[in-house]
Amino acid sequence: MGEVIVITSGKGGVGKTTTTANLGTGFALQGKKVVLVDADIGLRNLDVVMGLENRIVYDLVDVTEGNCRLRQALIRDKRYETLYLLPAAQTRDKNAVNPDQMKQLCLDLAQEFDYVLIDCPAGIEQGFKNAIAGADKAIIVTTPEVSAVRDADRIIGLLESEGKSNPKLIVNRIRPHMVKKGDMMNIDDIIEILAVDLLGIIPEDEYIVVSTNRGEPAVVNPTALASTAYKNIVRRLAGENVPLMEMQAEDGLLHKLKKIFGF
Amino acid sequence: MFEIISRLFSKDNSGSKDIAKERLRLVLVHDRVNVSPQFMEVLKDDMIKVISNYMEINEKDMEVSLTSSNSSVALVANIPVNRMKRNITVNEQ
Repeated sequence: MGEVIVITSGKGGVGKTTTTANLGTGFALQGKKVVLVDADIGLRNLDVVMGLENRIVYDLVDVTEGNCRLRQALIRDKRYETLYLLPAAQTRDKNAVNPDQMKQLCLDLAQEFDYVLIDCPAGIEQGFKNAIAGADKAIIVTTPEVSAVRDADRIIGLLESEGKSNPKLIVNRIRPHMVKKGDMMNIDDIIEILAVDLLGIIPEDEYIVVSTNRGEPAVVNPTALASTAYKNIVRRLAGENVPLMEMQAEDGLLHKLKKIFGF
Repeated sequence: MFEIISRLFSKDNSGSKDIAKERLRLVLVHDRVNVSPQFMEVLKDDMIKVISNYMEINEKDMEVSLTSSNSSVALVANIPVNRMKRNITVNEQ
C-alpha cells in the first residue's frame, strides 16, 4: 500500500500546485512510482505546471462517474518513467465529486503507487473536504506572510477536526535578505505561531517562473536553488534525516546596488 | 525624496516582522475560538462549576466573550450574582 499525501494551504497562490509538481517529480527521479491527483475541479492547473495539458483525454470526474476506467484517465509523463497525472475536470464544479468517491479513488491508487499526491484547491469548502478525504498525511504550504500563516492555522484546525492530526509544514518563498533585515518572519517565528512540525523550507527562486513557463518542474534543474530544497523534502518524506538548507542572504555590494536602483 | 534618503542611511532597521507576528498572534486568538463553537460553551460550563462553589449565580444572564483592543485580547465575563454562600469550607492541606 502506498501513502496518500494531500498538499493544502487554505490561501491561494502560496505554491500548492508547484509544490505538488516538484515533490511528485522528485519522487519519480528517485525511482518511486507516483501519481499526482489534481483535486481542483473546475480550475485545473497541475496539468499545465507539469506540461501535460495536451495529453488529457479523461479526467477525475470521468473516473468517479464511471465514464472510463481509472487506468485510462492516468497520463504517464514520458520524461519520467514512474510519474503519472490524474487531471481534474475543467468543465465541472467541485460538487461533481463527494468525499466517499475520493476515499475510494485514493484507496485504488494506493494499491498501485508508492505515493499518491493530491493537489488541494484553495479554500475550506467542498473542494477541500474532497481533497483531504482519502489522505493519510497532510502537508501544509504557507509563505512568510500574515494572511498565509493565518489561513494555515485555520486549515490545521480543520484537519484536526476531520481526524487528520499532525500535519507537516512547508514554508515557501522565503527571501533570506528580508529575513536578515527583520522585514520577513523567519522559520522559528512561523513554527512558534502554528505549533506544527516543519517539513522543509523553499527559498524564493525566479527559476520557478521559468520552469512553469516551460512546463517542466524546477526540481529537475540541478542548479536551481529551489531544486535542492524540494529534493530535501522528498528525502525527508521517504524517511531520511536531512538537515535544513542554509539560507544565504546575498548582501554583496552588487546586490545592494541592485536593490537601491531597483533592477 | 527626503524619505528615500533617510531610508537609505537610516540605522533604525527595527523590521516589520515583529509587527506581523504581533498582528498574527492577536488575530489567531479570535480565529481559534471561532473554529470550534463549543470552545466558549465548555469554558462557560467550567466557570459555572467553579464559581458555584462560592456563590449562586444567574447562569442565564451570564456572558463570556473575548474582546480585543489594539495590542491585547481579554476574556470578559459578566456574571450576575444572586447570593453568596455562607459556609465555604476551605480545604487546607
